[in-house]
Amino acid sequence: MTTTLLAAASTSTGEAVQFWILGTVAVLGALGTVLMKRSVHSALCLAGTMIVLAVFYLANGAYFLGIVQIVVYTGAVMMLFLFVLMLVGVTAADSLKETIKGQRWLVALCGLGFGILLIAGIGSAGVDTFVGLGEANAGGNVQGLARSLFTEYVFAFEITGALLVTAAVAAMVLTHRERTERRLTQRELAEQRVREGKHLPPLPAPGVYARHNAVDIPGLLPDGTPSELTVNATLRERGQVRDVSREALADLAALERRTGEYLGRNGTDTRAVRGAADVRDDVSDDAPDTDEGRAGDGDRDRDREAAK
Amino acid sequence: MNPVNYLFLAALLFTIGASGVLLRRNAIVVFMSIELMLNAANLALVTFSRMHGNLDGQIIAFFTMVVAAAEVVVGLAIIVTIFRSRHSASVDDAGLMKL
Amino acid sequence: METSIGLLVAAPLLGAAVLLCGGRRLDRVGHWVGTALAAASFVLAAVLFADMLGREADERSLHQHVFSWIPVGGFQADVAFQLDQLSMTFVLLITGVGTLIHVYSIGYMEHDERRRRFFGYLNLFLAAMLLLVLADNYLLLYAGWEGVGLASYLLIGFWQHKPSAATAAKKAFIVNRVGDIGLSIAIMIMFSTFGTFAFGPVLDSVGETGEGTATAIGLMLLLAACGKSAQVPLQSWLGDAMEGPTPVSALIHAATMVTAGVYLIVRSGAIFEAAPTAQTAVVTVGAITLLFGAIVGCAKDDIKKALAGSTMSQIGYMVLAAGLGPIGYVFAIMHLVTHGFFKAGLFLGAGSVMHGMNDEVDMRRYGGLRKYMPITFVTFGLGYLAIIGFPGLSGFFSKDKIIEAAFARGGTEGWILGGAALLGAAITAFYMTRVMLMTFFGEERWRNAPAPSPERPDVEPVAQGGGEYEVPRPHESPRSMTVPMIVLAFGSVFAGGLFSWGDAFVNWLAPVTTFEHGHPPISAATVTAATVVALLLGVGLAWLQYGRKPVPVVAPRGSLLTRAARRDLLQDDFNHVVLVKPGEYLTRGLVYLDHTVVDGVVNGTAAAVGGLSGRARRLQNGYARSYAVSMFGGAAILIAATLLMRAV
Repeated sequence: MTTTLLAAASTSTGEAVQFWILGTVAVLGALGTVLMKRSVHSALCLAGTMIVLAVFYLANGAYFLGIVQIVVYTGAVMMLFLFVLMLVGVTAADSLKETIKGQRWLVALCGLGFGILLIAGIGSAGVDTFVGLGEANAGGNVQGLARSLFTEYVFAFEITGALLVTAAVAAMVLTHRERTERRLTQRELAEQRVREGKHLPPLPAPGVYARHNAVDIPGLLPDGTPSELTVNATLRERGQVRDVSREALADLAALERRTGEYLGRNGTDTRAVRGAADVRDDVSDDAPDTDEGRAGDGDRDRDREAAK
Repeated sequence: MNPVNYLFLAALLFTIGASGVLLRRNAIVVFMSIELMLNAANLALVTFSRMHGNLDGQIIAFFTMVVAAAEVVVGLAIIVTIFRSRHSASVDDAGLMKL
Repeated sequence: METSIGLLVAAPLLGAAVLLCGGRRLDRVGHWVGTALAAASFVLAAVLFADMLGREADERSLHQHVFSWIPVGGFQADVAFQLDQLSMTFVLLITGVGTLIHVYSIGYMEHDERRRRFFGYLNLFLAAMLLLVLADNYLLLYAGWEGVGLASYLLIGFWQHKPSAATAAKKAFIVNRVGDIGLSIAIMIMFSTFGTFAFGPVLDSVGETGEGTATAIGLMLLLAACGKSAQVPLQSWLGDAMEGPTPVSALIHAATMVTAGVYLIVRSGAIFEAAPTAQTAVVTVGAITLLFGAIVGCAKDDIKKALAGSTMSQIGYMVLAAGLGPIGYVFAIMHLVTHGFFKAGLFLGAGSVMHGMNDEVDMRRYGGLRKYMPITFVTFGLGYLAIIGFPGLSGFFSKDKIIEAAFARGGTEGWILGGAALLGAAITAFYMTRVMLMTFFGEERWRNAPAPSPERPDVEPVAQGGGEYEVPRPHESPRSMTVPMIVLAFGSVFAGGLFSWGDAFVNWLAPVTTFEHGHPPISAATVTAATVVALLLGVGLAWLQYGRKPVPVVAPRGSLLTRAARRDLLQDDFNHVVLVKPGEYLTRGLVYLDHTVVDGVVNGTAAAVGGLSGRARRLQNGYARSYAVSMFGGAAILIAATLLMRAV
């Protein structure tokens, strides 16, 4: 595609094909931006539309703008959008249910009326004589833009610069949070933890006492009960904790039995282990991570030691 | 094909963007819709530039982009601040001035 | 001399201000201050009187312009005093009797802890009354007129802890207000007709304005006089006004204030002469009232109310005389002055009796008191002889002249008026003899009278003391009370004769009020004889009923007329049915109208606006998106408008 072609007064077949294909894509992208439930998808659709528009800029002889569109808009601005989306929460899907009564109908009415009137206006304006940018772009598009920008529009340009600086400062001021009190030292934080009666030592790691070391498997206490503390709170919230205590106990019991058979021993020990497993079944059906549950575990541990 | 089709496309995109502003509650999506409207306007400006055979349209489109960038920076900062204090990015929740 | 006229008013006004603003620290000397200032005013009046006597008859009218009160464009009201023979008479009466009653009050109010205030009010009354009679224009007269109304209200309700006193004060004030409206309307008519209120110009030019205006002014002035002087139909307040302390009844509601109406009519004589209709109205009112008051006086057992009926009746005589025109003016004033003496004396006597009888007012519980209070008996008796017109005493001269003048009006009218006046004289003799006999003669009923029963609310039981009923121990009053009574008794006896000596009073007043001799259809001697006969008839009848037979302690049921007269001839009931009830219905109707129509319109408008804005408010739902839709729609409309304009 040569310069003359792109900036011609009339369009080639190639440009027509490009317009109809990419135009469809642009409209679909725009609709997607508006209608997608998740804002990330909206952002991606918007990015697509912007790239298509960049192509259209190029096709219209605005080479500099086409590049800027891709670099600044699709690159920087959309990245900023995604960044904020991450901050705000990327996974939440918006409800598209309308809460304001009659809003949807009003928007449909106004949108249709506005669109039809706008298109009718453009249609009736009778713009069919296109001068084309052949002459204007003769000395190069960027050079031409620069000439206007630094002569005719230099004042606006400078003002825009000031605007950008102001915006940067404003963004900093807006997002900056003034610290209202002194930052706590490590010692103070530790004292605070003690005062609040929280768990002081590091939380137990998952899977340490079991034969698994995946993060979603709670570690087992010495008596074989799973400890909820060892699993990440997020996983606990989601109910994604895999309890392997029963299998582990069953394995242990089988090992004991086999050992016993091998040694020719029939003993109370095996029964004790089995009894422990039965008790465990009962408890794990209830909420196992409550304080009472854990306290009960401790009691039981002591009982067992006493029995021994 | 008549290049005026670019203008029709711009009108269409603009209307879709405007409807998005009015329909969506998520402030970030609303912002994206505004960007869509700005881009539609830029497309129209670029087309005008081709129509008249001078670069003024492109200059204006350039300024639009700069201003849009500044606007995005400030707007997103505001959204972040609001989200921080209200834990919501819904434009309907920001009804503090309502009696 | 002119410059000292204002001092007459200023002295008691100063007293009122000092006593009412001075506070408790004046409690111990307050009564002396008040009395001294009243006496000062009297002394000044006497000096002025002596000065006046020393001048020629046509140079006796003095003028003092104090300051310009309301100078607004064409409206010019001055504070200016006029002291002529008529005013002089009143000034002497007011300050003289006023001073005596101040002295009397020192003893009478001795045990009242609000005595200082009482003297303040008395001084205020004196100031207002002097302003009334000294004013040289109707507006200033009106100020004094309202001032005496205020003082009267304050003094009737002086024992405000008694609900009956508070009600009576309110009643007097409201009924007086009706009359005051008449006076204010009269003044407005004067201003719109003559452009001034000064006596001189108004009275000089009233003859040229035509009878209609004069009649209107005259009737309005008559209404005012009826209110202030307790004439039918505005007389109902006077009987209740006796709730006030007795000195007040004597000074204000017998001797001075109630005669203000007579003063007004005599002062405005030129207006009434220009309006015969109004004059007829005046004599009609006078004749009716003199009979009305006399009949009421016959039935009352309360000594003060009986005297109040008598006052009403005697003022009826004065109004009658004042309505007769130049043949009556002088006698109206003469009767006014003599009446001032003997009626004040009678009231003070009644007060003295009450003082000795534990504030008992029911005459059926008196009897045989002449032994216990001889001075009171003698002074009261002289006043009694004077009021019934016993030949040779004051009342005889003045009343006889009035009856004569009534006959002299001529024609049927003259006969009717004269007959009424004669009949009134007979009834006066009857009820005054009744009072005299029931109080000072007969058996001593108070010894074993039963305790007053609560069904008789018109008889106040032992006042103030409360507690058990105790048999009174009658005794003579202190010197401060008896001395004024003695002085007034002298006046009652000799004033009439003094005035009639060589027509002294007629000559004195004639330059101001004009005078002409009436020519009654029957000779003056016949009239005098008829008067004496009527008097003897009345006394005889009373003696037959109350002297020969013992008086029952509890009043018998009595005839229909007696019962009606006890209720003031149903005046209150009449007022209630004719005035109060329709008023109540009217206000109730207006309230209903206000609630439904006026409030309906107002509330309806408010509700409509409220409803509309309630709906309009829904547009402001607080959602930015809703507002944005309207912006968007507005943009669409703008594009449509642009396209439309281009198409056109």
